[in-house]
Amino acid sequence: MALSLEEVRRIAGLARLRLSAEEERTFAEQLSAILDHVRQLEELDVSGVEPMTHALAAGEVPALRPDANRPGLPAEEALAQAPAREGTCFKVPRIIE
Amino acid sequence: MPVSDFQMVLGLEVHAQLLTRSKIFCGCSTEFGGEPNTHVCPVCLGLPGVLPVLNAKVVEMAIRTGLALGSRLKEQSIFARKNYFYPDLPKGYQTSQYELPICEGGVVELTVGGEEKRIRLTRIHMEEDAGKNVHDVSADGSSGVDLNRAGVPLLEIVSEPDLRSVDEAIEYLKSLRAILMYLGVNDGNLQEGSFRCDANVSVMRKGAEKYGTRCEIKNMNSFRFLRQAIDYEVRRQVELVEGGGKVVQETRLFDPDRGETRPMRSKEEAHDYRYFPEPDLPPVLVAPADVERISKELPELPRARAARYARDLGLSAYDAGLLVAERAVAEFFDAALAAYGSGAEAAKKVANWMNGEVARLANERDEAPAAWKLTPARLAAILKLLDAQTIGGPGAKQVLEEVFATGAEPADVVKAKGLAQVSDTGAIEAAVDQVLAASAAEVERYRGGNKKLMGFFVGQVMKAMKGKGNPAVVNELLRKKLGE
Amino acid sequence: MSGGEELTALSLREAGAGIAARALSSRDLVEAALARIAATDAKVGAFLEVGAERARAAAAQADQRAAKGERRSELDGVPLAVKDLFATKGVPTTAGSRILEGWRPPYDATVVERLEAAGAVLVGKLNMDEFAMGSSNENSAYRPCSNPWDLSRTPGGSSGGSAAAVAARQVHGTLGTDTGGSIRLPAAFCGVVGLKPTYGRVSRYGVVAFASSLDQVGPLARTVEDTALLLGRIAGHDPRDMTSSARPVDDYLARLEQGASGLRIGVPREWFQGGVDAGVEKSVRAALASYEKLGAKLVEISLPHTKYGIAAYYLIAPAEASSNLARYDGVRFGLRAEAKGLKEMYAETRERGFGAEPKRRIMLGTYALSAGYYDAYYLRAQKVRTLVRRDFDAAFEKCDVVAGPVAPTVAFPLGARTQDPLQMYLADVFTITCNLAALPGLSVPCGLEATSGMPVGLQLVGRPFDEATLLRAARALEREIGTLPAPAIGSV
Ligand SMILES: [Mg+2]
Ligand SMILES: [Zn+2]
Repeated sequence: MALSLEEVRRIAGLARLRLSAEEERTFAEQLSAILDHVRQLEELDVSGVEPMTHALAAGEVPALRPDANRPGLPAEEALAQAPAREGTCFKVPRIIE
Repeated sequence: MPVSDFQMVLGLEVHAQLLTRSKIFCGCSTEFGGEPNTHVCPVCLGLPGVLPVLNAKVVEMAIRTGLALGSRLKEQSIFARKNYFYPDLPKGYQTSQYELPICEGGVVELTVGGEEKRIRLTRIHMEEDAGKNVHDVSADGSSGVDLNRAGVPLLEIVSEPDLRSVDEAIEYLKSLRAILMYLGVNDGNLQEGSFRCDANVSVMRKGAEKYGTRCEIKNMNSFRFLRQAIDYEVRRQVELVEGGGKVVQETRLFDPDRGETRPMRSKEEAHDYRYFPEPDLPPVLVAPADVERISKELPELPRARAARYARDLGLSAYDAGLLVAERAVAEFFDAALAAYGSGAEAAKKVANWMNGEVARLANERDEAPAAWKLTPARLAAILKLLDAQTIGGPGAKQVLEEVFATGAEPADVVKAKGLAQVSDTGAIEAAVDQVLAASAAEVERYRGGNKKLMGFFVGQVMKAMKGKGNPAVVNELLRKKLGE
Repeated sequence: MSGGEELTALSLREAGAGIAARALSSRDLVEAALARIAATDAKVGAFLEVGAERARAAAAQADQRAAKGERRSELDGVPLAVKDLFATKGVPTTAGSRILEGWRPPYDATVVERLEAAGAVLVGKLNMDEFAMGSSNENSAYRPCSNPWDLSRTPGGSSGGSAAAVAARQVHGTLGTDTGGSIRLPAAFCGVVGLKPTYGRVSRYGVVAFASSLDQVGPLARTVEDTALLLGRIAGHDPRDMTSSARPVDDYLARLEQGASGLRIGVPREWFQGGVDAGVEKSVRAALASYEKLGAKLVEISLPHTKYGIAAYYLIAPAEASSNLARYDGVRFGLRAEAKGLKEMYAETRERGFGAEPKRRIMLGTYALSAGYYDAYYLRAQKVRTLVRRDFDAAFEKCDVVAGPVAPTVAFPLGARTQDPLQMYLADVFTITCNLAALPGLSVPCGLEATSGMPVGLQLVGRPFDEATLLRAARALEREIGTLPAPAIGSV
């Protein structure tokens, strides 16, 4: 099945990717090819089959975390890698709600 | 055409912050405030490679709430990822519950204008809070991001569109808030945002079957704002429909300064959250044994308590309602009553003082019961002094005020301030003679038949005794002296 | 001390034993490793970062412990290295991507902590496909990595550096990650042993995520015994990873030498159909014959859903990846492209920071999850995943391990498949089902392909948490046919 350029642009928008016109074309092509291959799943009758949404072995009961405080990062360390900061805030372009 | 031809239909989504020490998926503090980004770690910063570990207390509190609200508890529920980009959302997705929430159904019962209402719940689920965007942090108009709140545990409680007026909506929120506070899962603080509400608002012509298109209203952090926002939104929608227009489904923000709602820019984009099961968190298993234990520990809830007060103590629905609204107040009442006495009369008396003077002082000083210097024992002591006629009504109010302010023992206050009431006939007789001597004219007219003047004499005597004379004795002596 | 060449030739076990016997020092081993890296890595390209000073300091401490008779484990003092997607405190961790260039994590991955607690000396971070997305290591944003057996060929991916460094005798063992074959494929292409444990056997905490329900950490080494040693050190429950299993960890050395006698080895029909090169099949069949000779029983089995593995995988993995890669937004760490508005900043940052493959998979995954397609794609793939798992459950009624080729071909020439992603994806056809089924899988060398002279790997897949049997079977073969010689790297 062919993926339209509009579709490619819509997805890129959702994924916050700014694609060049050329990327849009190649992705439309390549994704279409991959989706064609993926279509073969339609051959299978999966009615009544439970999806395997988690990979941890069945029967394992994972331990929850007790509600206790653990030391986190000092603000300086938390912000040390930030591309931009203002005071102890991460700085981003103006947000309009 | 008037709004009155339309019926508003409301559904509410409450986000209640759970009273845990640590965040939902990491050990960071949930404390409100603090310098930006001082309650953070690699997990709640969403750094590459980190994984969430679910806080056991969050599940416990969700179960407690579900049981209290009569929801169906799921033995297995799963977390999902709600994907969208926003600076206050470090991972680029919110870890929440979607297809399989921990609780389904449930109900909140209300009394609105004397009418009983049952508001059905759709679901209750666990999720993480987002961080906070700080606007205009710098001259260039940039925004800042504070992730202290990111990962704070929330319960989202979603109602069916069963509410038909703002009064119902507010009553629903008050009842739900009281219940959550009784359960000890939420502090009920609207200003700090630990109890938040979004409203789904639509309108339809009276008598119509089909609901209109709804809009979601956000950012109403007080009951007053909720009223303003919904009233405005209902008017807006009615005018739209009347003008032949259509309501478009959208998320709108309430602007408290303007008292208006407006579309949210950040939500303009069509919602496509690409939910899918969170692979980093195994399904949440709820063991029947835990449900058993937790249900045994459930406290008596406000409506049950009010009913009990009416049934066993003969309190009016109104008095009982006021007393149970806050758990700490109701517990104070129980303790004070126990210390004071028993029976309907005692209960009525304690209730009157609690809902009257005590409530007034608490409001004036804006003090929560935890902070009161007044103890149940001290309130009981004041009432006993009153019964013993050691102090009169006015004296009692003064004592209460003093105890509330200083925490002193009532008996000491009575002594220190000389508030004890005088019942000794000698002293009162002296005052009576003095007053009658000083007002010969009035005495004449009284004897002449103007019995109304009795009040004047009593007043004069009381004045002479600085209000401390025992009213009963004063009356009796006056009558005697005036020759009856 | 002995010469550097001899030291780098030692297996991990031998090197550790040498330190224990005070016959050699961690310092000698680390210097030899650093020298070998300096001499060979310009050609091989296995490393993205070499921390010589840190390594020397760690070696000094290891030698002090040895002197005091306080060695922490068999690994104490032995030079190792890890794929560059394991968070290492204060040390650059890039996941092979520009978007993480220069990022220094404020914390260590659990497996890194465990290796260091065992005294291992980590000499650096290894090359990889960007965000572990690839089968040839050609998606590294930093430098190409070559196959030590033939520098014009791929080492395989995505843990290409992890396999190449072991094959090139640069370090005695490494860690990689395997999401669809990313340990086993490079291990096979480079002629080393590689193990992808059962999902949940090893902690994923601190591992830059690709596809959370498929990613698993595992060791690569020159011998089966070394592989078992490393697994024993990193396996086990981690309170920071809720998907890590609480089961006790087996003693992987205990049954290592028990041989193949009595083992029932399942041979899946589907693993020999469709495009398995003759030379590869020949070596694999020879390995199976050795097993029979060693007293194992070959059982023909069927894994009917094998051919659907790629399709299911290329929906599930990209879907999870599209979400896992959303945190690279230029706000808290990593690359940031300045732009006027917020949306523009995101788009510009991600456009510049991600290479073609991550973008492709983000697009694919976003599409598979987006409104209207979820049921048709993601949900259906998860159901097929269940069918794949059932194939194996049924097979393990008849056999103890499943055996077959790791890949249809030997290492292919660099550049051969870069233009055709789907062609590249097909290299994983035999390894992917093991990830989908969350089972342990191992690649062990089974000889050199006649015409190319390139290594061929035999894949063994086992029951959940039965890594011990995989290692035992692999060791039996290794003892029978021996380990491969060191590749001659160009003209070193
Ligand atoms: Mg919510
Ligand atoms: Zn945290």
